[in-house]
Amino acid sequence: MGSVVGAKRWPPHAPLCLNSFGSTLVAVVILQVKVLLGDPCPFADIIATHHASIGEEVFSMFEILEKARIGPGVHRAVISALEIARAHRPGQFVILRCYDQGERIPLTIADKDSEKGTITLVWQEVGVTTYHFGTMEVGERLQDLCGPLGKPTHIENFGTVVGVGGGIGIAPLYPITKGMMAAGNHVISIIGARTEGLLFMTEEMRKVSHELLISTDDGSYGIHGFVTQVLKDLIDKGTKVDMVVAIGPVPMMKAVANLTRGYNLPTVVSLNPIMVDGTGMCGACRVEVGGKTMFGCVDGPEFDGHLVDFDLLTKRLAMYKGPELIALNRFRETERGCKCSIPGGGA
Amino acid sequence: MTEQQEPKKAPRPKIPRQKMPEQSAIERAHNFYEVALGYTNDLALLEASRCLRCKKPYCMKGCPVEIDIPDFIEMIKQGDLIGASWKIKEKNSLPRIAGRVCPQETQCEATCVLNKKGKGEPCAIGRLERFVADWAAQHAADELPELPKPTGHKVAVVGSGPAGLTLAGGLIKKGIAVTVMEALHELGGVLVYGIPEFRLPKAIVKAEIDELRRLGVEFKTNWVVGRVETVDDLLEKHDCVFIGTGAGAPLFLRIPGENLNGVYSANEYLTRSNLMRAYMFPEADTPIAKGRRVVVFGGGNVAMDSARTALRLGAEEVTIVYRRTMAELPARAEETHHAEEEGIKFKLLTAPLEILGNEAGWIVGIRCQEMELGEPDESGRRRPVPVEGKLFDIECDTAIVAIGNAANPLVPSTTKNLETNKWGNIVADLETGKTSRDRIWAGGDIVTGAATVILAMGAGRKAANSVMQTFGVS
Repeated sequence: MGSVVGAKRWPPHAPLCLNSFGSTLVAVVILQVKVLLGDPCPFADIIATHHASIGEEVFSMFEILEKARIGPGVHRAVISALEIARAHRPGQFVILRCYDQGERIPLTIADKDSEKGTITLVWQEVGVTTYHFGTMEVGERLQDLCGPLGKPTHIENFGTVVGVGGGIGIAPLYPITKGMMAAGNHVISIIGARTEGLLFMTEEMRKVSHELLISTDDGSYGIHGFVTQVLKDLIDKGTKVDMVVAIGPVPMMKAVANLTRGYNLPTVVSLNPIMVDGTGMCGACRVEVGGKTMFGCVDGPEFDGHLVDFDLLTKRLAMYKGPELIALNRFRETERGCKCSIPGGGA
Repeated sequence: MTEQQEPKKAPRPKIPRQKMPEQSAIERAHNFYEVALGYTNDLALLEASRCLRCKKPYCMKGCPVEIDIPDFIEMIKQGDLIGASWKIKEKNSLPRIAGRVCPQETQCEATCVLNKKGKGEPCAIGRLERFVADWAAQHAADELPELPKPTGHKVAVVGSGPAGLTLAGGLIKKGIAVTVMEALHELGGVLVYGIPEFRLPKAIVKAEIDELRRLGVEFKTNWVVGRVETVDDLLEKHDCVFIGTGAGAPLFLRIPGENLNGVYSANEYLTRSNLMRAYMFPEADTPIAKGRRVVVFGGGNVAMDSARTALRLGAEEVTIVYRRTMAELPARAEETHHAEEEGIKFKLLTAPLEILGNEAGWIVGIRCQEMELGEPDESGRRRPVPVEGKLFDIECDTAIVAIGNAANPLVPSTTKNLETNKWGNIVADLETGKTSRDRIWAGGDIVTGAATVILAMGAGRKAANSVMQTFGVS
C-alpha cells in the first residue's frame, strides 16, 4: 500500500546509509539551498507524501444503505453498523467523520435495527460536515463511526411522560419515547417546527405515543404556536405529568425548562455541545449544570433541564461561527459541495 | 578511530558530545515540521565512538525497558545498523518513538559513566537510538523477525497508546495473538492526539504501528471499550485483557470564567491541532482558535507542547504562566530550552485567579496573583504562596489549561470489582501489571497517573513478561 512507501520515505532528513555519507550532505545542501532561495515550503514534496500516507485505510464498514431527504436541509440515513446497533440504548449518540480530513461530529442515534445491524441517523445541514454528509449517497461509506457514546436515557415506568421535540430534536426524541412506551409509561408527545414543511417523522412519532400533539409556529399545520404553549395548556388542563423530556434547539429547551420549573415537573433535556473525541478526553463539550462543570459527552448528553446554564451553552455553540462559514464556503466550491442544497432551507 | 588502537587504556572522551542538527528557532517557530533533524551517518559514528563499552553498563539500569545499550552502540561502530536496530527492538518495539520523546537525560544518559565521572557529557544514547531506528525504517522496513508458531493464546488490549503497543509488540513476537482496541479513529493514543507533529511526526507513529500490523497484531479503531463491549465481554473471547487507557480526563483550574470561549484544555487544543490537523484548516475541516495572545497554564511537557503549537498556529505572543520558578518546572530541559529559543515567554511565580470575559462569552484576559516560594510541601518542592495585594491582569484571547490529567473513568467504572485508588487509577502491581482481577492486567498512565511515554512502554513490557509467564511462554 501507498502508506508503506510513504512511511519509508520519512523522515526526509535522516541519514541514508553508512557507505554514502555524501548523499546525506547533498540532501542537506539541497534543503538549505531551497531555504535560501526563499522556498516557502522547503519540505513540500516530503510533506505531501506524509499526508497522503495518513488516513490511508479508507476501508470502512459504515455503508449508507438507505438515504432520503425528509425536509428542507434535513436528511435521514440508515447505516450499516453492526456493533453500534447491538450495544445502543435510547439517548446515546455516535461520532462520525465523513472523510479523512473531516471533523468529528456527534449525532444522536434516531433508531436502530439490532437484527439487521443498522442505525438510523437524522441530521440538519448546519456546518460543513452535515452538508458533506448530506451529499453522500447510498453505497458510500462513512470514514469513521464511533459509538454508542454517552449515558443512555434513564428509562423506567414514571407514569405519564411528555416528550417535547422541536425541529431536528424530534429525531433523538423518537427512540426515547419508544423506550418510555415499552417501559409501560403513558406517553404524550408534543412535536413542533417553524412551519409544516419542516415537520418530519410525524407518523413514526404517532406509533410510539399514546397521544401526539403537533404545532407549528406559523400555524400552517396543527396547533398554531410554540411547543411550550402546547405543554402549558396540557398541564393547565389538569393532565397528570410525571416526567418531561425535551429535545430541540437551545431556546426551546430553555423555554420548556423555565415553564416546568414553575410546576416543579422533573425535566430532562438532551444537550448538543461542540465535541471532539466524545469519550471525556478533551473537555470541548463543557456545560454548566447546577453551577458545576460537566462534560456533555460522558456525563450527558442528558441533564436536569432545571439546572442547565443554557446561555453558556448558546455562547459556546457559537465559538466557531467564523471558521465554520469559511469551511462551508470552501466545501461548496468543491465538486461534491456543488451537490448540496441551498443553505437556509430552500427545497 | 584512535580509541580502537589503544584497547588497554580507558579511552578518554576527547570527542565532544555531538549535537543533533535541528531547524533554526526562527524558521521552525512557524512550521509544524520536526524540530530535530537527526544525526547524519558521520555524526552517529562519531557519537557512537564515545561509548566506553563499560563492563558494568549503568546506562542499561537507567532504561525502563532495559535495552542492551552498549551492544547496539557497538554494532553502530561496526557498521551493522540493521543488527543494531534488531538489538533495540528485542526490548522496545517502538524505537523511533522512544528515540524522540524519552527523557534520556534522566534515564540512560543520567547513569552513563561518562556523565558520572563529571568529566564530560554522557553518550547521546537517545539520539543514536533514533538514528538507528530511522535508518532501519528507511532501508529495511520490510524485514521482519521470524515469528514462532502461534501458541493459541489470545490477548485483548484496551487502548493503542505506548503501553498497549509495547505489550502488543512483545507478545506477538512470542506467538501470542493480540487485538488492540482504540476509541479514536487513529491508532497511537497520546502519540497521535497529544504529542505534536514537530516533536513526533505522525507518519513515524503510523510506520511503527504498520510494523506491528505486519507482525500480525490486529487493530480495531472507533472501538470504545466500556460502551461497545465491556472488559468482561472481552474476557469471554480472550485469555486475558490488558488495560492501557491512559490518563485521558483533563483537569481544569476550577476558577471563575473557565468555560469562556477561547479557554481550552491542553488535550482539546492538542487534539484539534494534532489528531484533527486543525493547523491545516480549512484544508482539514476542524477549526481551532488561532489566538493572537495566548496564555498557557502549567509547566510540564504538555504545557510546552501547547505553547509551541500556539506559536506555530500564528500567535504573536505566547506566555507560560507557572506558579513556581524555572528550577521547579517539570518539563524536560530540552523542551523548555526549545520553547525559550522560539520566543515563548515565561511568567513565573504567577497563579491565575480568574479568567476575564466579554459579553459574547469570549476570554479577554487573566487575573493573576503574584506568588513566592514558601516552605517545602510533601513533594519536597517549595510551596508557592500568594504575595498579599500583588494582583495583575494579563491580556489574552486564548488560554490553554495544561495542569494535568486524571484517569478516564469509563473502563474502570464498567468493569466489576476492578480495584481503583482514590484518584480513580487502576490498582496494579508495578512489577507485573496484575490487577485485583484475575486475567486483567493494566499499565501506563491509567495506573500511575500522567507520566511519560517511556514509563508507559516500560509498564507494557513488564506486563507482557508477566502475561507470558502466566501462559508458560518463554
